[in-house]
Amino acid sequence: MTNWKRRDLLDLQSLDKEEIELILETAKSFRQVSTRDVKKVPALRGKTVALLFYEASTRTRVSFELAAKRLSADVINISSTSSSSTKGESILDTALNLEAMNVDMIVVRHYSSGVPNILSQHLKAGVINAGDGCREHPTQALLDIFTVKEKLGSVAGRNITIVGDILHSRVARSNIWGFKKLGANVTVCGPSTLMPRCVKDFGVEVSYDLEASMKKSDCVIVLRLQKERQQDSFLPSLREYAKLFGLSQTKLDKASKDLLIMHPGPTNRGVEIGADVADGSQSVILEQVTNGLAIRMAVLYLLLGTKE
Amino acid sequence: MTLLIKNAIIVNADKMYLKPQDILLEKGQIAKIAASISPQGSLAAQDKHKIVDASGKLVFPGLIDLHVHLRQPGREDKETVETGSRSAAKGGFTSIMSMPNTTPVTDNAMIVEGIIKEAKRVGLVNVYPVGAITRGQLGKELTDMAELKAAGCKALSDDGKCVESSQIMRLALEYAKMIELLLIQHCQDHTLTAGGVINEGYHSMILGLKGDPGIAETVIVARDIELAHYLKTRVHLAHMSLKRSVELIRFAKSQGIQVTAEACPHHFTLTDEAVKGFDTSTKVNPPLRSAEDVAAIREGLKDGTIDCIVTDHAPHTKEDKETGFDTAPFGMIGLETSVGLTMTELVHKKVLTLEQMADRMSAAPARIAGLENKGKIVEGFDADITIIDPDKEWEVRVEDFWSKSKNSPFVGRKLKGRVEVTICGGKITYQV
Repeated sequence: MTNWKRRDLLDLQSLDKEEIELILETAKSFRQVSTRDVKKVPALRGKTVALLFYEASTRTRVSFELAAKRLSADVINISSTSSSSTKGESILDTALNLEAMNVDMIVVRHYSSGVPNILSQHLKAGVINAGDGCREHPTQALLDIFTVKEKLGSVAGRNITIVGDILHSRVARSNIWGFKKLGANVTVCGPSTLMPRCVKDFGVEVSYDLEASMKKSDCVIVLRLQKERQQDSFLPSLREYAKLFGLSQTKLDKASKDLLIMHPGPTNRGVEIGADVADGSQSVILEQVTNGLAIRMAVLYLLLGTKE
Repeated sequence: MTLLIKNAIIVNADKMYLKPQDILLEKGQIAKIAASISPQGSLAAQDKHKIVDASGKLVFPGLIDLHVHLRQPGREDKETVETGSRSAAKGGFTSIMSMPNTTPVTDNAMIVEGIIKEAKRVGLVNVYPVGAITRGQLGKELTDMAELKAAGCKALSDDGKCVESSQIMRLALEYAKMIELLLIQHCQDHTLTAGGVINEGYHSMILGLKGDPGIAETVIVARDIELAHYLKTRVHLAHMSLKRSVELIRFAKSQGIQVTAEACPHHFTLTDEAVKGFDTSTKVNPPLRSAEDVAAIREGLKDGTIDCIVTDHAPHTKEDKETGFDTAPFGMIGLETSVGLTMTELVHKKVLTLEQMADRMSAAPARIAGLENKGKIVEGFDADITIIDPDKEWEVRVEDFWSKSKNSPFVGRKLKGRVEVTICGGKITYQV
């Protein structure tokens, strides 16, 4: 643990390969904690972690909360509807107030890109980005990478396809950074209207043909499609989207039996992923959730627990 | 009131004097320019305050900024006519045009007259309010344009918003042509901007911020060029930010179409890479663009495709700017950094000659806005003068701004070229 120097985890863009690998290694050792009868270690006893969520979340929030609790940290939960933000208080003021109560770590999710960076510029407490706007969701990508590594044995040289609304996806951005840093080849696939204009400058392959991309891939990460995208005319219809970019059993049958299927959740079954695919033998969606807990324990531990 | 400037190297757009001259200012006018003028009358008393020694400096015609937001009435917490005038004087400006997106909107003669009256009371800079093209800047009904002109408007604009309806813009241009009044278009199709807060490109993708595509600007540039061509009238295009816009304007001018255009220092200095740290002082409309666009704006200013430099001085409070990048208002202050940036980025880098700088910052804006007896140092013209030390190096510092707002992305930047003295109407309005 000697080469860990950060106090924040804001994005994967700024992490190097060694740092990512250290998080993955650490997560591996934490995974078994959750399988014990007594699911708790004293690593972060006396530390306080605040979860500051300005956007709806079940999985990520619960995962962070459990991760902190299993490391024996005290956890407080603040959501935008229950906080003073409804009284017009800015998120920075809220965070500074938490810091005044000696909170050690603030885990933040916000609808506006860059908010975790702005908080970290003003706070002495650590900041973990639990998803900001369309920018990054680093712990999601870390758990995705962890899962691929567990399932396939390696990441370097593997072909990963991310399918869906790339334009608005923070999961896609974090995964592109992370997988590429570890030497994987990334293809992004989705409708042209939901593809960033300069996407090729990200160093990825671009595909509009999911079946063809699946044939070349070791793993497909299916992104959730926000239903508003149809109302905003990015898509003709959810029906046509499902036809072209939905991962159906029919499409899966044409691909390799070893192809790994992942999804960050929550799923829109029948839109971006077929129910039979999500529940099928090639899907590792629930393992991702299990691994997510280990990743978040590792991140909290590395950021908070190494000083003593 | 008499003022004598000694040893002035005069930089006019059409000619730079090689030998120092003395300039006598009397009754608000340039009374005499000669190799040597001896102090006479009241000046003979050698009152030091009435003689300005310009040795080693450059003496420009008073600088003119066609695009400033003074925020009064409505947002006096951001800027007022008084603080904005002080800021303008410090930046070397003697005449400014203030944009109509006030609260309420400057769309009637009373508000125009009120701003002019307040500016005269302050007495530091000539303020020409720009009236709105449409009532309430809503893009639907034309304002009483003739009355706005009579009240003192030299131009009309819906700045902050684009006149998006092609039919309304056509009618506005036809009517303005009849009464010989300039229209300034804020070129931006908001259906294409679609909530964009940064240039659409690599950085918008990496930062996860909504991109503003350049076509939002260029489709209006192209359309308004067509309107000007069809109606045989003129139109002025505000804050051009793109290579493609420069190309369209260059083509239009080659066809004899009466289009003029302006660009801001931030668009010839910064690229969208500056947004990287989510510093909201880099959030501006139109957004900072690519390096290719910056180069094209410079080229456009050099060959005259872009007629003039304006600041688009847009003050905002810290509270308003210190929200997330998505929610912070657009705009940056610019009056006090314009000369420094123009000298550093354009003159010292040999993009513009000093004469061209005098043109882009004084003669051309005077011509475009029809400001009589301004834009040149010549006997009989108004005694508006800006004295600049071209080699003075200085650093932009928050505490040095005279503007009420401090939202500048140039804080900490080292510049070469500084305003030393500003004289407006024969009166010293700023001195280092």
